[in-house]
Formats: sequence, structure tokens, C-alpha cells
Amino acid sequence: MSEIIQSSAPVIQYPSLEKNSLDIREFKNIFLTIMVWGIAIMASIPLFSVISMLIIEGGARIDFAALTEIPPAGFEMGGGFGNAIIGTLVMVGIASLISIPFGIMAALHLAILDPNSKVATVSRFLAKVLTGFPSILAGIFVYGVIVITTGTYSAWAGGVALAVLMLPTVTLAAEEAMKQVPQRMKDAAFGMGCTRTQVIMKVVLPTGLPGILTGVILAVAGAAGESAPLLFTALFSNYYMAELAEPTASLSILIYNFSGMPFDNQIELAWSASLVLVVLVLLFNILARLVGRSKFKE
Amino acid sequence: MTSLSDTGEFIAKKYEPKGPVVLDCQVNNIYYGDFRAVRDSHIPIEKNKVTGFIGPSGCGKSTVLRSMNRMNDLIDSFRFDGSIQYHSNDIYGKKIDPVVVRRYIGMVFQLPNPFSMSIYDNVAFGLRLNGYKGDEEEMVVKALKRAAIWDDVKDKLKNSGLSLSGGQQQRLCIARAIATEPDVLLMDEPCSALDPIATRQVEELMVELKEHYSVALVTHNMQQATRVADVTAFLGVDISKGGRTGYLVEMDDTHKIFEDPQQKLTQQYIRGEFS
Repeated sequence: MSEIIQSSAPVIQYPSLEKNSLDIREFKNIFLTIMVWGIAIMASIPLFSVISMLIIEGGARIDFAALTEIPPAGFEMGGGFGNAIIGTLVMVGIASLISIPFGIMAALHLAILDPNSKVATVSRFLAKVLTGFPSILAGIFVYGVIVITTGTYSAWAGGVALAVLMLPTVTLAAEEAMKQVPQRMKDAAFGMGCTRTQVIMKVVLPTGLPGILTGVILAVAGAAGESAPLLFTALFSNYYMAELAEPTASLSILIYNFSGMPFDNQIELAWSASLVLVVLVLLFNILARLVGRSKFKE
Repeated sequence: MTSLSDTGEFIAKKYEPKGPVVLDCQVNNIYYGDFRAVRDSHIPIEKNKVTGFIGPSGCGKSTVLRSMNRMNDLIDSFRFDGSIQYHSNDIYGKKIDPVVVRRYIGMVFQLPNPFSMSIYDNVAFGLRLNGYKGDEEEMVVKALKRAAIWDDVKDKLKNSGLSLSGGQQQRLCIARAIATEPDVLLMDEPCSALDPIATRQVEELMVELKEHYSVALVTHNMQQATRVADVTAFLGVDISKGGRTGYLVEMDDTHKIFEDPQQKLTQQYIRGEFS
């Protein structure tokens, strides 16, 4: 009985569905997966080694004194870089006060008022060129324009140099954010009886605000880490700033100066200052991500 | 029935309004640059009625509608030749400020376009724009109720206007447009992006709205015109001479247009022979 069934039923040969690591396709798959992971890990080694070095070397010297005292001279022990933190914040503040209003108004012109005019086309092109502008040239420009004419290195000059670097970034980011505001929302505002100013103030700017702020904060973060434009505009100072028209310390120049010195104390301080600078920039980046989230999403 | 102008072009028989006219629209020519978009159309918008605009694509329905609150001024090449009388003012007069015109003649667009603000702020937008001194909340609630969306949103006035569904967004836009109590409401295919249920809600709303406002409605849907419009204007487009210039073919009570049209073109269009 059983023999008859066996012979009458057709025997179907199903292909094996099990994984076979000797198969050439499976081998390629494993190989490429390892490649991708390996290269990704290699690419992040510099980042993580820098950050771990910063935390180990810089973290060792971070204390209240380091954050508040003025830099030590020569063989002195102790000291800190409080003046450099203040200097960096003040100069970035000056740069923001200049570049944000100018940048946003330029963006308004590029995105809303007259997007296709010759002036707009040329200034958009120049802004794009300026984003790739070597930052040391911004320093030279401001050295010629402000330092030579006023006769002194100053926080003003440093701030203006940073503003030159921030301006194109702010402008292009703000233009992009304003262009993202849909035409139908602008139509709605015109249809309600808004003047062009009201359309900009009540609809375009509030709707584009998260994008604009993200661009602004990223520009601020970039400026905070710059050293080249400050080299011969703000120079450096070993003391807390008393006024804006005098040479001023900054974190990045302090790192540059101290890391080349033959004294262990200064080198340790340079590490700590680097850590503070990275944390500062990181905070700005996190802030940019937080405000980048729109409150009223679709 | 047919009258001819001295240029030999067809001009529709003048429609005699039966009630008071709020917006007396006499288009001689509308140009975009060198392109003549609409010619010789007299379309009065009557008070507390829904005036429907039907016609094939490219006949200039939306162009005429958008001319009625000077939205087309935002297009550089636009040129309007004619007059639109609104309370003894020609809104194309030299001294007229288009911004002010738009505050009295509101507009609802084809795609729902709420602002990225809360539902409440969307409706209050026009009131704040006009510096309204009274009870803002009362006006917002009234507008939302009139736009038949109050029950949907009363518990979430602080939510984003963009979080609503398409039909709700469109009713929110209607609420926003009527919050400032405009005289005339221009609606440019307000249901074309909506599903059938939302369309029905908006249509019912239009019929209710005419109690307080005068409505001009552009629609691509003839059934919608029969359901909603009291008066219907049929615009055609003359392609025989190589142009794409739209013009008024016939305007009359809606039932007359659909049951007993006088022009051959109208008959063909409502029979669905072209669109």
C-alpha cells in the first residue's frame, strides 16, 4: 500500500532555503557589511580620540580657578583663562549683533523682496563665494580697515572679523528658511489684507524662524571656534578686558599660544581651554537642533 | 440673443440682476503681459447670493475672481482694463489701496492654506491685523461656529492649524476669512482638494454663509454649481483665432443656465461635451 503511494505522488524538489555562508552571494554580503562598518569606525576614530583626549587631558585641570583666573606668566603655577572665555563671548556677541540683522535683511531681499533682480543674483553668488572664504583673509581685511585706522588691536576689530565670516552663513541659511515658507501661506496673508511688511513680519519670519535660528546658531558656533581672524585683530591679552578698544583674549588664541609653550602648566591649561571651547560649540549645536523643531508642524 | 461688438467678437447678453448688487464687475480686458486672458465680461455679484463661475480650463474664471480683490496685483505682468464697482468705489481706482480692498473682500483658496500657528491664532489673525478692539475670543468662536468647525476643534484650539485634516483645514480657512466679517467672500475652487464628505460640508456651509455674506464661487464641478449657486456665469474660451482668451458666454439664474441655456456653447458644456 505504502509503496503505491510513494510511486504515484510526484516528488517535488524544493530548493534549500537555509543560509549557506559558503555561497558566493552570502560571502559578498558579509564582506561588504564588514567593510562598511570598518570604514565608518575608522572615520570616527579621529573624532573620538580627540574628544577622549580632551576629556582626559583637559578635564584634569578644569576647576573654578581655571575658569575664572587670568593666565599665568612664565614659570608661575596655577592661573586660568577666565579672561579668554569672556573675550570669546564678547567678540562673538559683537559679531552676532552685526551679522544677524544684516544677514536677515539681506536674506529678505534675496528670498522675498526681489529674488530675481541683478542685485540679488550677484549678492547671492558673492555670499556663496564668501562661505568658502579663507578666514585669515577676513582677519587681514579687518586689520586693514579697523586696526590700522584706529591704531589699536581691539575686541571691536575681532568682532567685526568674525561678523564678516558669519554674514554669508546667516544670509544663505535665512534665505533658504524663508524660501521654504509656502507661497499659499503668503497668498493667504495677502488675501486677508496684509501689507507686504505685515506678510513678512507676521507670516514669513515666524514661519521661517526655526530655520533662521538654526542657521544663526550654527554660524555663532563656527565663529566661536575661529582663531585665524582674531590673530591680528583682537590679538591677545593676559588680563580681563576693561574696554572694547583694547587687545582682547580669546579661547582659540589662548590655545594656540599656550600649546606651543615649554611649560607644563600652560600646556595643561591649553587642554582645558580646548575642552571648554568644544563644550561651548557643542552647546550651541544642541541649541540649534532644539529650536530647529517647529512648534506647529503638519 | 447674440450681440456683436464692433470688433466682431461675441459679447454675452447683459444679465439683469434681480436684487441689489454688491460688486459690479465689468471686465473689458485682462492681460498678463501681452497675453489677453479675459475680455468683455460683465459679471455682477449680487448681495446675499452665491454666484457661481463655471467654464472649461483656461477660460479665466479664477483670473476674474482674483481680480475682484486685486490678488492679481501681486503678479507683475497683470493689467486690468475695466471697472469693479464696490459701494460706489471703483476698486481699480487710482486712490484705492488694494490692501484695504482685501480686508473687505475676503478670499478662500483652492488649497487649504492655514498659517503655521494655533487654530485660535489663525482665526484671530485678521482681527489682530485690523486692530479689533472688542471681545476677540467671542469673534473667534462665532467665526468657527459659522464655519461649522467649532465642534471639531473646540477642545484643541491651541493645536496647530496644520494638524487638521484637509476638509477641516479648509473650513478653518473659511472661518479665518469670515472672522473679520467681510462683505464678499471669493472662493476659488474651495473643494477641489477635498474628499466627497468634506466637499458636502463645505457646500452646505456656503449655502448658510450667503445669509451673512455675498459669495462668488469658482468651480470646476457643474453639479456643485447646481447645488450651491443661485446665479451662474458660464465663461468660454475662444481658441478659433489662435488665442486663449476667455469671455463671458452666458449668465443667468442657475436653473435657467442648466435647464434652458440660450447659447449653443453653454448647452454643449453642461451636456459634458467638453470641459
